[in-house]
Amino acid sequence: MTKYAAPGENGSPATYRTRYDHYIGGEYSPPAKGQYFENPTPVTGQAFTEIARGTAEDVERALDAAHGAAPSWGRTSPADRANILNRIADRMEANLEALAVAESWENGKPVRETLAADIPLAIDHFRYFAGALRAQEGGISQLDEDTVAYHFHEPLGVVAQIIPWNFPILMATWKLAPALAAGNAVVLKPAEQTPASIHVWMDLIGDLLPPGVVNIVNGFGVEAGKPLASSPRVAKVAFTGETTTGRLIMQYASENIIPVTLELGGKSPNVFFSDVAAANDDFYDKALEGFAMFALNQGEVCTCPSRALVQSGIYDQFMGDAVKRVEAIVQGHPLDTDTMIGAQASNDQLEKILSYLDIGKAEGAKVLVGGERNDLGGELSGGYYVQPTIFEGDNKMRVFQEEIFGPVVSVARFDDFDDAIKIANDTLYGLGAGVWSRDANTAYRAGRAIQAGRVWTNCYHQYPAHAAFGGYKQSGIGRENHRMMLDHYQQTKNLLVSYSQSKLGFF
Amino acid sequence: MIADRPPETAGERVAVTPAAADLIRRLRERHGPLMFHQSGGCCDGSSPMCFPAGEFRTGDSDVLLGDLAIDELPETVPVWMSASQFQLWRHTHLTIDVVPGRGAGFSLEAPEGVRFLIRSRLL
Repeated sequence: MTKYAAPGENGSPATYRTRYDHYIGGEYSPPAKGQYFENPTPVTGQAFTEIARGTAEDVERALDAAHGAAPSWGRTSPADRANILNRIADRMEANLEALAVAESWENGKPVRETLAADIPLAIDHFRYFAGALRAQEGGISQLDEDTVAYHFHEPLGVVAQIIPWNFPILMATWKLAPALAAGNAVVLKPAEQTPASIHVWMDLIGDLLPPGVVNIVNGFGVEAGKPLASSPRVAKVAFTGETTTGRLIMQYASENIIPVTLELGGKSPNVFFSDVAAANDDFYDKALEGFAMFALNQGEVCTCPSRALVQSGIYDQFMGDAVKRVEAIVQGHPLDTDTMIGAQASNDQLEKILSYLDIGKAEGAKVLVGGERNDLGGELSGGYYVQPTIFEGDNKMRVFQEEIFGPVVSVARFDDFDDAIKIANDTLYGLGAGVWSRDANTAYRAGRAIQAGRVWTNCYHQYPAHAAFGGYKQSGIGRENHRMMLDHYQQTKNLLVSYSQSKLGFF
Repeated sequence: MIADRPPETAGERVAVTPAAADLIRRLRERHGPLMFHQSGGCCDGSSPMCFPAGEFRTGDSDVLLGDLAIDELPETVPVWMSASQFQLWRHTHLTIDVVPGRGAGFSLEAPEGVRFLIRSRLL
């Protein structure tokens, strides 16, 4: 095992400054109102840096910088933009450990996840969009012998991006990489719970981008997010979060008649058909890991497999093995590489999860394991830790219908295929789902029948670039993680050209 | 406002704790009349979002859970939820509480270092 020294301690690969201002026009500048807020680490609950508290004045300055940079950035060649994205990826790769430790300290997630998933995925994401841009083609439609429609991709201009706190660097990357590849300038607002790690990233790569192409305004949603999302000076808003704010952002966008992409979460079913237990082999072991994936990132994933549906015939055996698997999850200091589950990202998130544990119990869901806050002692006593929890109950219960965003799975049994699909689709959301079966036909039919944008089939929680990610139903609009997100950041310019010498003859 | 509610919601569905009422009074002084809309989904989903009255446009897809009467306030504070979400929450009574924290979203209380939180019990 390795335990990394915390940022600020001797020997830590990561360093945070004691204060972060806004990053506007390629340099740091203080907030107009001179106010800052403390940023605690969820590992111990102690503040480790302070962050500029942005307001509308700061947003306007950032928009000025972005509008100044957008025209020339939008005219750079695809090769130049792709090269810059590749250089960003290279710089991140050379500093992977520093970014991983910084991210773990910021968010509370185990460093083994940031080392193996968050940061490598972010690196690959920049490379993917560098490649996607180089390979992107416009279109030519031959309308008749002398008339041609040319379709060009053009950047939108200046776009607003509001980033969630569950994967601060990776989710920023999911939005930045396609926006930059497409030739846009960006004003980005990190979540107020995790505002700092993006600045560690910016300290690493800032010199690679022309000033004003990426601007970071920190602050609270109501003070900085709202003036950004409602600004008539942005051409698009991208948001990941919850439904009320998603609707509000759509309302602002309707006033400006601009597009939005939204990722608003889910209540993802993870469906286990009987044949997964046909043998006690590697596949069965993989399926049990797939069940335990609800604890990945402390459950703070929009696609957390937080509803497990298990076929009746194997229910007792499977759940017996699943409980043992979950009991073996090691909770501890997030910077210890043996730790499998760390801290929830904030105190209010912890309180929300505890409130769900209460209502789950009140509704009669049975706790098979966990069900309480976890006090890990010592310096971690002030941190925000929850035991991995399995509820057994009915799909109508609220713990089956709402995204708890904690390490909590609610389990129900189903009788047959139709029953499984009915329960799986009995939700307001449709972001992710899992299907587990050794029978290819069952797995295929289930995957097609479940109303969700991503159906992991005999796997879960993989997020490679080049696989589209986005929601059905109330889970949002748009597909990230794929070339198609380039389209969400581009205008289509059509030149309709006549090469004929002859008039139409109307006048 | 009772007439706007679905008939089965005639009983009280939503309440506030004294601490939340204090915070609402303070936010009222700064921002004027207020409203809540109960969120769902990712991240800060399940949090009651507090806005200046009218900031969030409700429509036919929303249900009014109740109007909070807060001491000293000249008007009540309406609490809304989307109708589809209400179908799944209707068997529970909601109490708006407040805890230390820093919620995302555009809710008015976040800069105060606190976050409104829903506590639920069965009706």
